[in-house]
Amino acid sequence: MQELKEVSDLLDKLDIQIREAKEHAVIETTGYLNDALGEQLAERAQALIQNGCTQLVINLEKTTLINSIGISILIEIIEALTEREGTLNFCGLSATQERTFRMMAIAKYAGIFPDEESAIANL
Amino acid sequence: MSNEHKVLLTIPMYPDMELAAAKTGSVLAELKDFNEEAVEEIQLAIIETCINASEHSQSEDKEVHIQFLVTDDRLEVKITDRGVGITADTLDGTRLLGRPTVHPDLRKRGRGLQIIRALMDEVVIESSPNGTTVSFTKKKTPP
Repeated sequence: MQELKEVSDLLDKLDIQIREAKEHAVIETTGYLNDALGEQLAERAQALIQNGCTQLVINLEKTTLINSIGISILIEIIEALTEREGTLNFCGLSATQERTFRMMAIAKYAGIFPDEESAIANL
Repeated sequence: MSNEHKVLLTIPMYPDMELAAAKTGSVLAELKDFNEEAVEEIQLAIIETCINASEHSQSEDKEVHIQFLVTDDRLEVKITDRGVGITADTLDGTRLLGRPTVHPDLRKRGRGLQIIRALMDEVVIESSPNGTTVSFTKKKTPP
């Protein structure tokens, strides 16, 4: 039963927090990055980009699992930023997430940093 | 206590049901002291295989059947659907590339199999017009 509760918690705790500063914004996701959370993330990121914020950090520390649909959505955000000559850095990735991002060539177009502070400093 | 455990699980093709399968895999891997990274890799491979079955199999019964076999040094997972099968161009990813991107090397689709092959030690895909079975094995690395 404990395992079922953990699965349920993973779906219940979907959240996106945005911290905006003068020159950049940090988007922090919580939960399973699937199509549902991914669509919310894309919507929030696109809104920031449309408003001229093209220096973004996505903090995935509280995102324990990312599926390939979630990765597709992250790629769409990278592309939207590329078109506007923006920058995207990721932080808080697990070792497996980082390995997957490198395998998918995401690391060629976005930075990967261990923590939010270094991700912001390298925008 | 036996050193081998077999678990059979059938999940419906509903959104997020892949998490139930992934959790079962992680419990079995943790039971045998697989390291944290291996557990996460197993979860991801199960998730991607179940999503592929749900998205592409066109199975009439809309079920995914999963068999787990864990021993002291390995976890074997066999995931089966009773759909229409997959073609060779799907297997090599060419049919799943998706629309062109700003960065052509950032493929929008077809990543699931790439992830599974990269994270697991052995992957076997058997497909016919009666369904598809994806089998993969993760070996436990010594501490």
